[in-house]
Amino acid sequence: MPKKKVKKKVKSKEIKGQLGKKKETAREKMIGQTIGYRYDVNLLPDYSRLTPFLKKYIEAMGWDDLNWLEDVHMGYEENRPAVFDRNANGWVTIPSKIKLPNNQQDRDMIARELLVKFQMSPNHPLVDLKKAYLKF
Amino acid sequence: MANLKTSEKKSKAQSMGLHTEVLTGKTQQKFFNPDEAENFYYFGTYDVDFNKRTEIDVKNMDCREANKKIDELMKDGYGTIVIKNPQGKHSLGVGILNKLNLIFEGSLGYFGCGSMDGPIVRINGRVGWSCAENMMAGKVVIEKNAGSCFGAAIRGGDLICKGSVGARTGIDQKGGTIIIGGDAGAFTGFMMQRGRIIILGDVGINLGDSMYDGTIFVGGKIGSFGSDAVEAELTDSDQDWLKRKLKVAEIGENFDVSKMTKVVAGKKLWNYDALEPTEKKGAI
Repeated sequence: MPKKKVKKKVKSKEIKGQLGKKKETAREKMIGQTIGYRYDVNLLPDYSRLTPFLKKYIEAMGWDDLNWLEDVHMGYEENRPAVFDRNANGWVTIPSKIKLPNNQQDRDMIARELLVKFQMSPNHPLVDLKKAYLKF
Repeated sequence: MANLKTSEKKSKAQSMGLHTEVLTGKTQQKFFNPDEAENFYYFGTYDVDFNKRTEIDVKNMDCREANKKIDELMKDGYGTIVIKNPQGKHSLGVGILNKLNLIFEGSLGYFGCGSMDGPIVRINGRVGWSCAENMMAGKVVIEKNAGSCFGAAIRGGDLICKGSVGARTGIDQKGGTIIIGGDAGAFTGFMMQRGRIIILGDVGINLGDSMYDGTIFVGGKIGSFGSDAVEAELTDSDQDWLKRKLKVAEIGENFDVSKMTKVVAGKKLWNYDALEPTEKKGAI
């Protein structure tokens, strides 16, 4: 009898220091919340990693650099990658179909691009608010 | 989606017409296609042309009239507006939520260019207290000196003063970059929470007092460090960014950034988890 092929279970390798996967402290386990940031909020942008969309956006706005987007980083909302939208005062979760690199510079660029696109979308919550409450 | 929790049982208060509504859930589900929004247009803003230029003389206008006039000109598509004779009036150029080139031919009073989101402003003079407070995005360049509380509570954008500034620069800063070509007064970066301050000259006492986060770069002498402000190592990435930023700011392009001092928060004031839910439950 031919032997049944047994599929070997491949364990996904955990990369040491992977973004968003730091070891929880006892204190964090107890309170069920993360203390502090899971990424570097003070990371300065690497302009060699600008996406083509962001280059076009900077040109359209008449700026010389990322301007306010320098403070935008890829964060987490309920353990899912997300970017904070200050205009909607909430986290915008990144679609699962978008594969994120394990490099904060590139992740931040993706976060900036998605945030700008979301803010310019007619589905942005501010569009409805402006329609309802804009005075002048 | 957020909705209202309704209870079947009517209480005495409800039967009397008095009731409270408990809001359950706080997330919204909004879907958008990333490809749909390549038009570079924010809803509700004016489509202005940077090449369409005009001038207005605000000598006989108060700040309300002047700000309304700027709004009307943007509505007509003017992308470059020159303001003549601002004469140190307060609150000029506030609340502009549009891309625009705005040039002031003179000095501004208190709270100039506050709460704006997007424009590029050039002030060929001095500014008073709290210039560009609460700025969200854009770029403001001041050719001469600035008063106290320069860039108070700014959230984003670049704020540049080619001269010197007063005390409490970047107080409560939550983002963005403040660049100073000259000296800065006491309590610079007081209670800052995020963002960056670059000072090419000297800075007064209590630098970065009670800062929670953010970074301060100083080119000259430091009077003294404030509570929880500590010196950190200047990295290559910091230097590359500083060189680029100083070039954008039109000041100190040839400044030796390798000799700058980097100041960050010591994070001893971080007590975010002091009253977490478990403790609250325990206390009740």
